[in-house]
Amino acid sequence: MPLDLATVEQVAELAKLGLTDDEKARFTEQLSAILDYAARLQTLDTSAIPATAMVGGLENVMRPDEARPSLSQADVLANAPRSHAGQFQVPAILD
Amino acid sequence: MDYEIVIGLECHVQLLTQSKMFCGCATDYDGAPPNTRVCPVCLGLPGALPVINRKAVEYTVITGLALHCQIAEFAKFDRKNYHYPDLAKGYQISQYDLPLTRQGWLDVEVEGQTKRVGITRVHLEEDTAKNTHLGETSLVDYNRAGVPLMEIVTEPDLRSPEEARVFASNLRRILRWIGVSTGDMEAGALRVDANISVRPQGQAKFGTKTEIKNMNSFRAVKLALEYEAQRQIDVLEHGGRIVQETRGWVEGEGRTVSQRSKEFAHDYRYFPEPDLPPLVLSSTEVERLRAQLPELPEARAERLMARYGLSQYDAGVLTGSRAVADYYEAAVAAHGNGKAVANWVSGEMFRLLRGATLEIEAVPVSPQALAELLRLVDDGTIGISVAKTVLEEMFATGQRAGEIVRAKGLTQISDQDQLRQVAADIIAANPKAVADYRGGKPTAVKFLVGQVMRATRGQANPTVASEILEQLLNESNGRQPS
Amino acid sequence: MELHALTIHAARAALQSGDLTSVTLTESLLNRIYAVDNQIRAYLSVTPEVALEQAEEADRRRAAGDTSPLLGIPFALKDVICTEGLTTTCGSRILHNYIPPYDATAYRRLREAGAILLGKTNMDEFAMGSSTENSAFFTTRNPWDLERVPGGSSGGSAAAVAADEAIFGIGTDTGGSIRQPAALVGIVGLRPTYGRVSRFGLVAYGSSLDQIGPLTKDVTDAALVLGALAGHDPLDSTSLPTPVPNYETALRSDIRGLRVAVPKEYFVEGMEPGVERAVRDAIQVLAGLGAEVGEVSLPHTEYALPTYYIIAPAEASANLARYDGVRYGHSAANPSDIWDLFRTTRDEGFGAEVKRRIMLGTYALSAGYYDAYYRKAQQTRTLIKRDFDQVFTHYDVVVCPTSPSVAFPIGARVDNPLQMYLADIFTLSLNLAGLCGMSIPCGFSEGLPVGLQFMGPPLGEPALLRAAYAYEQATPWHTMKASLPLDVTSSELNETDEAEIG
Repeated sequence: MPLDLATVEQVAELAKLGLTDDEKARFTEQLSAILDYAARLQTLDTSAIPATAMVGGLENVMRPDEARPSLSQADVLANAPRSHAGQFQVPAILD
Repeated sequence: MDYEIVIGLECHVQLLTQSKMFCGCATDYDGAPPNTRVCPVCLGLPGALPVINRKAVEYTVITGLALHCQIAEFAKFDRKNYHYPDLAKGYQISQYDLPLTRQGWLDVEVEGQTKRVGITRVHLEEDTAKNTHLGETSLVDYNRAGVPLMEIVTEPDLRSPEEARVFASNLRRILRWIGVSTGDMEAGALRVDANISVRPQGQAKFGTKTEIKNMNSFRAVKLALEYEAQRQIDVLEHGGRIVQETRGWVEGEGRTVSQRSKEFAHDYRYFPEPDLPPLVLSSTEVERLRAQLPELPEARAERLMARYGLSQYDAGVLTGSRAVADYYEAAVAAHGNGKAVANWVSGEMFRLLRGATLEIEAVPVSPQALAELLRLVDDGTIGISVAKTVLEEMFATGQRAGEIVRAKGLTQISDQDQLRQVAADIIAANPKAVADYRGGKPTAVKFLVGQVMRATRGQANPTVASEILEQLLNESNGRQPS
Repeated sequence: MELHALTIHAARAALQSGDLTSVTLTESLLNRIYAVDNQIRAYLSVTPEVALEQAEEADRRRAAGDTSPLLGIPFALKDVICTEGLTTTCGSRILHNYIPPYDATAYRRLREAGAILLGKTNMDEFAMGSSTENSAFFTTRNPWDLERVPGGSSGGSAAAVAADEAIFGIGTDTGGSIRQPAALVGIVGLRPTYGRVSRFGLVAYGSSLDQIGPLTKDVTDAALVLGALAGHDPLDSTSLPTPVPNYETALRSDIRGLRVAVPKEYFVEGMEPGVERAVRDAIQVLAGLGAEVGEVSLPHTEYALPTYYIIAPAEASANLARYDGVRYGHSAANPSDIWDLFRTTRDEGFGAEVKRRIMLGTYALSAGYYDAYYRKAQQTRTLIKRDFDQVFTHYDVVVCPTSPSVAFPIGARVDNPLQMYLADIFTLSLNLAGLCGMSIPCGFSEGLPVGLQFMGPPLGEPALLRAAYAYEQATPWHTMKASLPLDVTSSELNETDEAEIG
């Protein structure tokens, strides 16, 4: 099932990827080829097969409710592209 | 046309844990400088991994049990994907198809009618960061990011804004009762969002709903939903169509407004969180948690009514919180008379607490001290009105009732001779009341009793004073005492 | 032998006997890096100050009686593993300036074992690729032929070890990213069982598939490094609590009775004849050593590639959502609004392959396609795992080629993503099933190294090491080195750097 340009644009928006027209065209073609290849999975009957989300067989991995030291504010903001008054700064978010 | 209102609630509840949902950062961010309760995990730094807080899971299961939910044998976390600056990882760790608990109920009582409201699910997730707006920019503080957050979703069973308000209030009572949350709406520990629609009476199909946010008090829940229901009805009455959207309650303007910025094309692409193995809850574990569950408010109210002969109203008031009920029962244990204690707790004690804006947890009068005061009334040492004054003093100073009565010489005067002298003076000074009495108005004696009480600064035993007054009035009238 | 060419165990003996100090050894490695890395380009950053400080500390520790297994041994760390205070780029423009405030558990454990960090190595961006050509910075060269790729995504660490620019290297393996480059540069690469090594501080690509492991000059070294890396970590919920065995005791040259399975699906058309010949010869060697070799079938092998290329991108699409220009890393200049900040930052910061996989993963998870792709892939994953479970009830290890081809020329596959993905066709089933595996040198095809892959059941590392060690002892391949012309200019550069360090 080949992808069309509109789907590629929709997926790019979900992923918040601002693609150029050239990238969109290229991805439409390349992703279609990959999905065509992946279509062979559809030939398998998996109706009775449980899904595997992770391997290792662990369950109930939890920690006790104990507070531990946090990073300093300076360390938290050390990599911030923009900060102000101890906080990360971004273009206005309108609610 | 008559319309029926249909409401379902989504309540987000911050859990009272020491540390965050998936990391060791403290949850005491209230009042802390921004970004000081943050670590690689809750800041979503590359390479950081989550680890589940056991207490948060237990609190969610306990909440599920209190709301009569089924507890899942197998639960897992999922990633809910969307981009927003308050979401450090670009996804929220939440629960999608296998939540910890589902299918419960909570009763609400409105206008004497009890209604059972279905709980769809209670699941566990992480809170988001806090955005603040500053002109052209916004600031992001991740202190709140990752605080354990429980989401409680109801069925669309509520039929009026008042039912929604009562539901939220009952839910808060339960959450506080079982000790899993402060339920503080203004502080954001309990956030109530509503889905609301209207439909013509008798129509089976639900109308188009809107989602209402930013309701920061129980009063706001009621006002916002009343406004929104009317707005929807008005739209329909004018031939319009309801747009499915998120609307925010603007408290100052008393109206809801469309929040277009929250209208993304929602496709959350949930998938199992690969960093967290699933949770398998054995029946042993669930029973261990069930055993920790305290007697719940409805059951306790029933028991108080049966055991102490309380009215439904009094039982309701005294189970408003677990601390009030505990206080009440401790005082009854120390005193014995359930009804008398109920009157004092729900009357005078609540009045004093309100005046001082204190919760019962901080009351300076212990249940035993209250019982002592009541015993002084029982044995006639002091009268009711003096007792009220003494309680105020106890409340203000923390002193015991006996000490206050002794120190201030407040012991009730029941001495016949002493009271006879006062009564004679009062009769002499109030000829009009005496004339009324003799003219056939027996109630005039009450006025005279009041005057005796006043003259003795409340220390006279009113029953004895009344007897003596009647005796004197009848004697001087030449009649026999009745 | 020159110091930089030593194995861990040889260097350890020299250090322990007092014939060598860690400072001398570390200086030798740094000199080697200055001499050859402008040809190989294995390192994204070299950290001489850190290395020499750590080496001095190691010498002090040894003087105080410390005999930690990796004490004083210099190594190269893939730049996808967080190091506090040292830039960690993941080979991406979006993290070109990112300095983590914490150490990954794996790095912390290596430091506790006494290892010396030489620098951070090049890789395909966010570990997505099989050649290092997807690095945002440059392509690493294969020491055997500088016009060819070293494999990927851990191509930098692999090439550094092969070119004697590190005594050992650390890589990560999501679909073959340790084993495939090990095969292509002729060294040993071990991918541990999922959960054996903590992922805390490993920048995630495919969380249910990622695992950190060693790239070494021989099998003994792989056992030593694995011993230092492995163990339970309470910071990684998928970390296995099982105690860590002593891997050195598995290094026995006797494999009589070891049951070795040869899966027929791993000898397919399109495979290079020289590769097949080398692997078939290796299996004969194993049989000659007394192993019981039998042919088996892993019937769902052909579905592994599409399964992997749905699951890994799906997980990656979420793992890479955090790079949005708000908290760290590249951030778009003058964004018009918050959405523009996200879109432009990510468009500018990610390379083509990363975008392709984010798109693929987002699509596979999106409404309407989830069941047909993501869920279907999860179910197929179960079938693939069952194939292996079946085989491992009768066999101790599986043996097969690591890669269908030897190192390919730089640029040969960049325009055809699917062709590039086929480089992982023999390695990624193991990741889907959560197994352990390793690649060791087993000969040459057209003058380029060929890798022999062993796969073992979960926690089957001792069996892998035993089989690999026996084969290694019986063959000369691990002693063979690429010859590199020394570069004069970089030797001169080195003197300046040393002066600065001193």
